Amino acid sequence: MSNAHSVAAADAALLHGVEAHDEHHHDDGSKTTLGFWIYLMSDCILFAAVFAAFAVLRGQTAGGPDAKELFSLPYVAGETAFLLVSSFTYGMAMIAAEKQKQSATLRWLGVTLLLGLGFMFMELHEFAELIGEGAGPDRSAFLSSFFTLVGTHGLHVLSGMVWMVTLIAHVLRRGLTHANIVRLTCLSLFWHFLDIVWIGVFTIVYLSGVAA
Amino acid sequence: MATAHTTAHGHDHGHHGAHHNEGAHGSVKSYIVGFVLSVILTAIPFGLVMSGALPAGTAIPVCFGLGIVQIIVHLVYFLHMNSSSARSWNMAAFLFTLLIVAILVVGSWWVMLHLNANMMPGAMPME
Repeated sequence: MSNAHSVAAADAALLHGVEAHDEHHHDDGSKTTLGFWIYLMSDCILFAAVFAAFAVLRGQTAGGPDAKELFSLPYVAGETAFLLVSSFTYGMAMIAAEKQKQSATLRWLGVTLLLGLGFMFMELHEFAELIGEGAGPDRSAFLSSFFTLVGTHGLHVLSGMVWMVTLIAHVLRRGLTHANIVRLTCLSLFWHFLDIVWIGVFTIVYLSGVAA
Repeated sequence: MATAHTTAHGHDHGHHGAHHNEGAHGSVKSYIVGFVLSVILTAIPFGLVMSGALPAGTAIPVCFGLGIVQIIVHLVYFLHMNSSSARSWNMAAFLFTLLIVAILVVGSWWVMLHLNANMMPGAMPME
């Protein structure tokens, strides 16, 4: 809270032309990104818990459909492609931001957002189809843990997209200020982190499920 | 508010900072290398499972191995993790998290697997 406040104050300082050249203990944003990194590590543990629950419950289909009958690997490959390409385009946005190229940054962020939307659309479509087939989270322990794990990841992607829209607005309003670059850096960590979690999801849930 | 001052002061270094931080976010080339490696490391396990070229007993460990390699590729090329001293706290937090995640996932799975085995009738000695 106080951190958000101080970052806002930094922006305000810029607007009012407050400049100081004698300060050597300048904050290059590394403390903020370290703090955000530690949050991501705690998020890792949250995902570890839902992965563990899935690993334990994956065989408990209660006579219902199993992974082999439910999942289509080409479809999952499409979702994977959306996320992977979006990680790359976010990287391009960061490089443009570092070079103070505002319109390029915004373009790459827009592309990343569209790719994120594509992923969310595919995931929601998959969920709707599963529920329509009677394979909703209430069908078996396997499906409960599947919806919990994949749904938790999806909610993270959705939050990342809301955050991205917010940062696009920030950049449009104030430009690529130092504070905005620190924010964009935190979101880049978050976005790449979600792609890493997805590697775990497609390996453990989809590939192992279908191969078994 | 105390930190607001340092952040505000730091601000005028923002434009210079943009230059000396460049390495921290990688280059276009490193993102392309990471992306191409990731595509390959994703295509192989999908291809293996979809074609059914290997039996499940072999295919699953291969997928896990390639998944771990891809996670390392992402950490290095997208998250720019390295062992430089400036990021030693990031690395320390990461390694500690790996330990907790390993205990949590392997531990739960192992305990629950054995729990099932021990619940088999006759597996437990009666008094």
